[in-house]
Amino acid sequence: MPINITMPALSPTMEEGNLAKWLVKEGDKVSAGDVIAEIETDKATMEVEAVDEGTVGKIVVPEGTAGVKVNALIAVLLEDGEDAGAIDTSGGGGASAAAPSADKVPAVPNSAPAIEVGAKAVSDPVPAPKTSGGERIFSSPLARRLAQLNGLDLKALSGSGPHGRIVKRDIEAALAAGTGKAAPAAAEAPKAAAAPAAGQSADQVLKLFEEGSYELVQHDGMRKTIAKRLTESKQTIPHFYVTVDCELDALLALRAQLNDSASKDKDDKPAYKLSVNDMIIKALALSLRDVPDANVSWTDSDMVMHKHADVGVAVSIPGGLITPIIRRAEEKSLSVISNEMKDLGKRAKERKLKPEEYQGGTTAVSNMGMMGVKNFSAVVNPPHATILAIGAGEQRAVVKDGELAVATVMSVTLSTDHRCVDGALGASVLGAFRGYIENPMSMLV
Amino acid sequence: MADTNYDVIIIGSGPGGYVTAIRSAQLGFKTAIVEREHMGGICLNWGCIPTKALLRSAEIYHFMQNAKDYGLSAEKISFDASAVVKRSRGVSGQLNGGIGFLMKKNKVDILWGEGKVTKAGEVTVSKTSKKAMEPQHPAPKGTKGEGIYKAKHIIVATGARPRAIPGIEPDGKDIWTYFEAMVPPAMPKSLIVMGSGAIGIEFASFYRTMGVDVTVIEMMANIMPVEDPEISVMAKKMMEKQGIKFLLEAKVSSVKKGSGGVTATVETKDGKKQDLKAEKLISAVGVVGNIENLGLEDLGVKTDRGCVVIDGFGRTNVPGIYAIGDVAGPPMLAHKAEHEGVICVEKIAGKDVHAMDKSMIPGCTYCNPQVASVGLTEPKAKEAGYDIKVGRFPFMGNGKAIALGEPEGLIKTIFDAKTGQLLGAHMVGAEVTELIQGYVVAMNLETTEEDLMHTVFPHPTLSEMMKESVLDAYGRVLNM
Repeated sequence: MPINITMPALSPTMEEGNLAKWLVKEGDKVSAGDVIAEIETDKATMEVEAVDEGTVGKIVVPEGTAGVKVNALIAVLLEDGEDAGAIDTSGGGGASAAAPSADKVPAVPNSAPAIEVGAKAVSDPVPAPKTSGGERIFSSPLARRLAQLNGLDLKALSGSGPHGRIVKRDIEAALAAGTGKAAPAAAEAPKAAAAPAAGQSADQVLKLFEEGSYELVQHDGMRKTIAKRLTESKQTIPHFYVTVDCELDALLALRAQLNDSASKDKDDKPAYKLSVNDMIIKALALSLRDVPDANVSWTDSDMVMHKHADVGVAVSIPGGLITPIIRRAEEKSLSVISNEMKDLGKRAKERKLKPEEYQGGTTAVSNMGMMGVKNFSAVVNPPHATILAIGAGEQRAVVKDGELAVATVMSVTLSTDHRCVDGALGASVLGAFRGYIENPMSMLV
Repeated sequence: MADTNYDVIIIGSGPGGYVTAIRSAQLGFKTAIVEREHMGGICLNWGCIPTKALLRSAEIYHFMQNAKDYGLSAEKISFDASAVVKRSRGVSGQLNGGIGFLMKKNKVDILWGEGKVTKAGEVTVSKTSKKAMEPQHPAPKGTKGEGIYKAKHIIVATGARPRAIPGIEPDGKDIWTYFEAMVPPAMPKSLIVMGSGAIGIEFASFYRTMGVDVTVIEMMANIMPVEDPEISVMAKKMMEKQGIKFLLEAKVSSVKKGSGGVTATVETKDGKKQDLKAEKLISAVGVVGNIENLGLEDLGVKTDRGCVVIDGFGRTNVPGIYAIGDVAGPPMLAHKAEHEGVICVEKIAGKDVHAMDKSMIPGCTYCNPQVASVGLTEPKAKEAGYDIKVGRFPFMGNGKAIALGEPEGLIKTIFDAKTGQLLGAHMVGAEVTELIQGYVVAMNLETTEEDLMHTVFPHPTLSEMMKESVLDAYGRVLNM
């Protein structure tokens, strides 16, 4: 029996991915464990390994195919002695869903009644639908047939054909979006009305610019995820912001001292080299340990009280950003955090992080200080309840004991999900944070 | 100083280019079209149209030879090859002049010469370097000439030319392309046609009817390989009855030219070689896009296998440069080019257009018997995973076909069993090229079998077979 290779779920939440690259071609022999393809998920590029050994009989989904559903058939492996004739890509679970062809009629779900179109449809023709006001809804016969087969209500759809006629592609779009269901339509209608307004359509946007004055670059998985998650965040999370200034001089002095005292290996390479950011990660983690009510996640029924501070760190990479997570940062020493961060940052830039390395977390740090930004506010990245935006450390005139003095000062802004962290709580977190930054020795004990 | 600034410049005035120019002008764009040789391109001058004129002469000649079948008598039937060619050139010339008139009527400037995109937004027109194919129709009057012209949108519509196989390059004397085959000085005694696509098979049909000994060599297992195999097999049988010889799964490995014509060494699938002698050989092994000397490489325009790469709206990867028609890839058909051009220029104008659905482009071959089709063939429909219902209706069951004396042929329809969507229609027989459009309209309007069954077809017509074929797919055929 040929072995079906299906789209793997590389994380629990993965629904679909892009087949970025095939590393084998038809006719190649593979052994279990060989890397055969690269899959681009929402945030990372992952390698797919062969589970069985055999010969690649057929590549069903070509490389560069976007939006391949999990468990869809992507290739067929032949065992010894089998030839390609044994392949039947039409059968088998998930195979029909795998076909990337956009104009293919979607498979009718198993629950739908088996329909012998010839006998049934002719004796029982699909009547031209009317609105509740008795007005005719213009739709193609095929669209009416597909709507009936899939239990869609044409009244709930809008048409893209001439004069707003509902055609096959509108039905396919509704099926893909899961809208326009006939029976529960009444119940779902209010929900649909309350749904956030969609942005401008591509055509609406492009109309505003001169043809040829731009180039279109298709979104990759990362860009789509960023757009989806941040839109979701700003639409569902009531944000508020708290800003404080922290003096950095003591922290910079300690950092220099610690780095100077790092032991060196035989190549004269220090065991660690702390950055300001590493110390900020640790300070934020300790602050959340001290103010545990702010180390939470919101769900509709419960407050998720986290026992550890897992700090996501926004890393800007070509084409987007990703937030690898330092787990249990409150327990880790600065040198451990620093070395872990170096490794995660490097692999983030190569898009080689594993989903468990960037999914989850209880808070996040976004640092634009190195770019000279004075102050900004970040967007909370659920399931986090907070995110700390770090500005540049710069020499400023400060008043100390009634005297003007010079200090290195950094402004930080905590963005907070008001559903689970109230104003005073947010202020306490920042108070604790400033304490650690300005008295950095306290981080070491 | 003449005005050299335009909104849209189209390079090439074939059916794609000139229709695009008219639509562009209708949309209010200041439009110019570049042409180096002949208004109307290959289609009108050396392709679709003049061959139809030749085939019409052949058809009438065939009727005359068979006059007695209809109770008529015709004696001393003969033809004058030069007069047949002259009529064909006349038809082409009339339409060629018509394009000039259409450009003038729509205020489209003709830039006479060879166009090259020298940079984004700029077309340089220079003197034509290509030797013109003779006989040539006169150039239109009132054209603009060499110079540098500007346009925000440049549409490349330069078409295609015959593919040449290395070692069997056409020489215009013994080895012909469609150019020479269209203007034979005299009928050859014998002819080898290499390739059984639309071009090859139409010439095979024409020359055979005119009494030439014709052998067609095809690499694939069926003639007209893009057609439904059932239709190809039937057409082949009908043509064999007329005396055309076919060698399938065979290829010409070499051609020797001698005094009496050519000797082609033909290799069949089983590895056997045979020598075929003929007075002439027509090379009809497809066409390749005219992508050269247009400045496309310098501008970084992406091409793939000899064609410009475009999106659904004719846009290349370089903003402001578009391509349509043969040069933008298959299917290389005039009507595809026209529609692609209209979509392209309407999109530029900001109209709400949809990309062309290539599964609904009909194809017609005007051999005897005619072949016409649209959509998926039976094997392709199965390959795409459809559960299908297939209907067939033979000409033998149709009153009009019998009355015409055309009892051979078939209309085949393919439906998606699940939805009743018409996936494909395939026809062979008299006048089917004029019938296919009924199914094309049906497919575009997304009718199902139900609507086709509810449609009244006039009696007596060949079109009644179209309904019968649908009925047959659902077990309800009437006249069989």
